[in-house]
Amino acid sequence: MFGRPSRTGRALQYLALAGYLIFLGFPLVWLLSTAFKPPRELVQLHPSLIPSNPTVQNFVQAFTEQDLGRAALNSLQVSLASAVLTVLVAMPASYALARFRSKLGTAALGWVLLSQLFPFVLLIIPIFLILRQVGLANTHAGLVLIYVVWALPFALWMLQGFVRNIPRELEEAASVDGASRLQVLRRVVFPLLAPGLVATALFSFISAWNEFFFALVLVKTPELATLPVALARFVGIEGTARLGPLAAGSLLATLPSLIFFAFMQRRLSSGSLAGAVKG
Amino acid sequence: MTTLAERPDVERAGRTRRRTRSRSDRTAIYLLLLPSLLPILVLSVFPLLRGIYLGFTDARAGRNVEVSFTGLANYRELLGDELFWNSFKIGLLWALGVTVLQFLLALGLALLLNQQLRFRGVARVLAVVPWAMPPVVVGILWKLVYHPDAGLLNEFFHRIGADGLRTNWLGDFSTALPAVIIVGVWAGMPQTTVVLLAGLQGVARELHEAAAVDGASTWHRFRHVTLPALAPVIVAITSLDFIWNFNSFGLVYVLTAGGPGGKTMLPMLFAYEEAFRYGNYGYAAALGNVMVVIIVALLAVYLRRRLREAN
Repeated sequence: MFGRPSRTGRALQYLALAGYLIFLGFPLVWLLSTAFKPPRELVQLHPSLIPSNPTVQNFVQAFTEQDLGRAALNSLQVSLASAVLTVLVAMPASYALARFRSKLGTAALGWVLLSQLFPFVLLIIPIFLILRQVGLANTHAGLVLIYVVWALPFALWMLQGFVRNIPRELEEAASVDGASRLQVLRRVVFPLLAPGLVATALFSFISAWNEFFFALVLVKTPELATLPVALARFVGIEGTARLGPLAAGSLLATLPSLIFFAFMQRRLSSGSLAGAVKG
Repeated sequence: MTTLAERPDVERAGRTRRRTRSRSDRTAIYLLLLPSLLPILVLSVFPLLRGIYLGFTDARAGRNVEVSFTGLANYRELLGDELFWNSFKIGLLWALGVTVLQFLLALGLALLLNQQLRFRGVARVLAVVPWAMPPVVVGILWKLVYHPDAGLLNEFFHRIGADGLRTNWLGDFSTALPAVIIVGVWAGMPQTTVVLLAGLQGVARELHEAAAVDGASTWHRFRHVTLPALAPVIVAITSLDFIWNFNSFGLVYVLTAGGPGGKTMLPMLFAYEEAFRYGNYGYAAALGNVMVVIIVALLAVYLRRRLREAN
């Protein structure tokens, strides 16, 4: 249907695809390989692509010596709290946005785009000052608050799309049958919205899990550091032998988002979530 | 089935009722919106406005520091600050370099993925993985690749017998910025590819077929069918990419922290240092303001030119 490309055309296409696979894939293979290399192979003059004596020692070391375990727990706590709070706060508003037209709603959605434009520096200093004033600087609670606010515009936009997909007729039918407004929401809207709620929670979880800048500036106590910040500090004290645990920790830090992406693969490839997770 | 015909009226009646059901309804709407709008106002809109204002003051770190309005003093200082100009130039090179390369490579990949090729599945998965990685991890990953002794790249040059090309990629003055730009491209390609691929799948098949029947070559079909249909998507994603790249922080912070000798000191890193190392809040905020103005100006020029081309 596109006209069959000539044999050389095809060959060129495969050559280009191979180029892409190397560019995209080899750095990943290298991370994997470094994570499983024993110290001796790490400091070798000419490192090999595949470790000859693979070991999980690096993972153990990352957790015991570098305290990445605690950082991972911190991240888990902060991300879970952000996810739950975001969904709780966004749920009523997204319903209102989807079902009633209001200027306020349009303004809230416009903020999604506008907020992308401004560099974090402009936000971070006042936020830092506000949090310090209310005693939430250098706490997980303060960080969670910021993450919820940061995820909210997009979460609202995403959730209200899910609400729109629930036919209004279903709600009307239920209320004709004598269900109260609250009952309609609980028995009809809520169950149908569940996938949307899960997707929104996941989005919020991942953006909190991956976030670096706010966590770096707002949390100063090393014991409270989240995983990205702990990993970044870890980079500072590298020696060649330390690269193994560093790679192992990085690999673990990627797992949650990988699972999320596997989960969202279909939506992603259809492009409907494009821009969901900011780099 | 008279109900079918009556339905629109019922609906309309319902809607007007909803509109006139006003007062209690309006309070209900506001109550529903409040839990979302309040935090956004307090922790996003207000800080932003205050941040913009701080750019016109001499605010500094520390408690009980008096802040006074200084008008354009910060901007006068910025004009004469060689470090700022240097950082600004680097930021522009970085943002433009990453955005353009990212777009070209992503377009190529999207076109390939849109074909019936073998290994397409693998490529699709691989194309998305960098997106799933936290920026800090991407930074660490490429630090491992660029590592002068234990790195993949130097080892590769050794294996192909090109030892002369081995270098300390992130530590050398001449290679640091290009090396960092490549990482930016790698990290940002997935989003761009996914968006472009979605756009490509929206290009009508019939147009291609018609063009093919008319004897248009592959290149002609790409140039005159695919590209025009894809144009709005391209403008949107390149604009967003540019904004994101100009404001990016974590990746380069981990890779080089602005070094060597400030060769990769992106404006965001520069502002971060001013604010949180030297405590010059006002000056850093002024820098943020300048960045917003520049981004908006560049985008305006770009979008206007695209619009004119479209007409």
